[in-house]
Amino acid sequence: MIMPELEGIYTIWLREAKRYIRARSRIFTSVVTPLLWLIIFGYGLGSALKFVTITGGYKAFIFPGIIGQTILFTAIFTGVSVIVDRQYGFLKEIMVAPISRPSIVFGKALGISTAALIQGVILLFLSFVVGVTMTPVIFVLSFLLMIPISVGLAGVGLLIASVTDSLEGFNLIMSFVVLPMFLLSGALFPVTGLPGLLQGAVYLDPLTYGVDALRHIILGYGAIPIYIDVIVIIVFAVVMILASAFMFSWREQELM
Amino acid sequence: MDYMVETNDISKSYGDFTAVDSVNLKIPRDSVFGVLGPNGAGKTTLISMLCTILRPTSGTAVVNGFDVAKNSKDVRASIGIVFQSRALDDMLTGREHLQMHASLYGVPSNLRKQRIEEVLDLIALGDKADEFTKTYSGGMKRRLEIGRGLIHHPKLLILDEPTLGLDPQTRENIWEYISKLNKAEDITVLLTTHYMDEADKLCDRIAIMNHGQIIKEDSPLNLKRELKADTIIIQVDEQDRFIKEAEKLDFVKKIFVEDSEIKLMVERGENLITTLVNFANKNDITVNSIELTHPNLEDVFLNYTGTTIADRGA
Repeated sequence: MIMPELEGIYTIWLREAKRYIRARSRIFTSVVTPLLWLIIFGYGLGSALKFVTITGGYKAFIFPGIIGQTILFTAIFTGVSVIVDRQYGFLKEIMVAPISRPSIVFGKALGISTAALIQGVILLFLSFVVGVTMTPVIFVLSFLLMIPISVGLAGVGLLIASVTDSLEGFNLIMSFVVLPMFLLSGALFPVTGLPGLLQGAVYLDPLTYGVDALRHIILGYGAIPIYIDVIVIIVFAVVMILASAFMFSWREQELM
Repeated sequence: MDYMVETNDISKSYGDFTAVDSVNLKIPRDSVFGVLGPNGAGKTTLISMLCTILRPTSGTAVVNGFDVAKNSKDVRASIGIVFQSRALDDMLTGREHLQMHASLYGVPSNLRKQRIEEVLDLIALGDKADEFTKTYSGGMKRRLEIGRGLIHHPKLLILDEPTLGLDPQTRENIWEYISKLNKAEDITVLLTTHYMDEADKLCDRIAIMNHGQIIKEDSPLNLKRELKADTIIIQVDEQDRFIKEAEKLDFVKKIFVEDSEIKLMVERGENLITTLVNFANKNDITVNSIELTHPNLEDVFLNYTGTTIADRGA
């Protein structure tokens, strides 16, 4: 019983990975976008701000945030592939195969996470652009942290895709979910000492904990204890994957 | 008799609309079974229920001995399906599609390579097997989809409008291929179509479907024989008056009108051509053309549904 399911998960992952590798222009743009943020926004706003506490200043401060942003956008955009698959009828071909709905979701989520992880790793290699020192230990720890972040955000993408019928609907959710998630995550500003309502919203954003944990590891500084960050990220990943597995089983008929 | 598919009053409704209405089908093993009907007759909905994509509103269906609602996984493992709409990933090669399908359907890994080669041989993709499917022609895409449906050696191959939108040459090839397959392999084929010639040429048995119901089911030969009728197609200058007068003739069994053509269902039409021309002259109606045809499935369909497929098709 287990082997065919694992094989199914692997097969779906493999296809996602191939699609990602073959879309070279997408890899290129998704590296350029964070670089623009780091260089233009980081240096630009950085020169107007005094961030004396952190070596490297504002541009270093937003580096973990931009990694979080890249993972977020890659995961959500790759999640669209479910909607594209639906429009091309390819989802039917997968859904009619004798494997369980959760396995399809796991395979998809792993494929999406792989894409997001590759983007994240590329950014880690580019840390010198903003003058952040990268050591093997920081690299490995960051990579390990990026796994649950990617999986959780892939879950968000799949969840959105499972309840959206069209790319238009997906774009709508993008502006109401993804952009607030990015802006509230503290990627661009410190999350402490904010006005009450904003402070609450920041703590409700799961990406806040991902960015904070990355900041702990990369810059040795964070606003929330790192063990809380890690617990929240892992719980978030598990809940999102289970939720999207549930949605795929529940909405099976509508998806095909 | 052993049946591959057996449905029992299977129905699917969407609110007030009943797409499939209490259908009872028995599809013998190793047959090529056709469901013939115009677009919107409920063929795809029926097929979707058989391949577990849609849950029936009421009734049951058993495929290869498995209940579609209770043992959907076993049903899925028993069937290969080619959907009406294309279901290919344009960023994968033909071979990759086959590999992916083989592993999704649990084909043992030591058999995979051989099966894929066999199928590639069969569908004759040649050098294109390792190119992305976005470079394929319509016929190649169709062949790949049919080949993919065969990789796991299904007991039942379901083809939903297999030759829709293909050129005549490719259609012929695919028909030939399906017949060959049915004879060579231990496989039952269920196909839907709205092409009469397709049903006539391929199927051992045909079910005519309209408005969600199976109106008639038999072999193509029996369907035509039962009609016991020739069709006289006649074009006249005063159509309405001609029909009114012709209705009084006792050798005319039924009259259908299609645009400028009047179709008269008669027995032994060859003796009646002159009678009809004389009849028209007597009534001062000019006959522009008159033609006799022997029964084909189009007429069978017309007879049972009162419309032609072309009228209702998109």
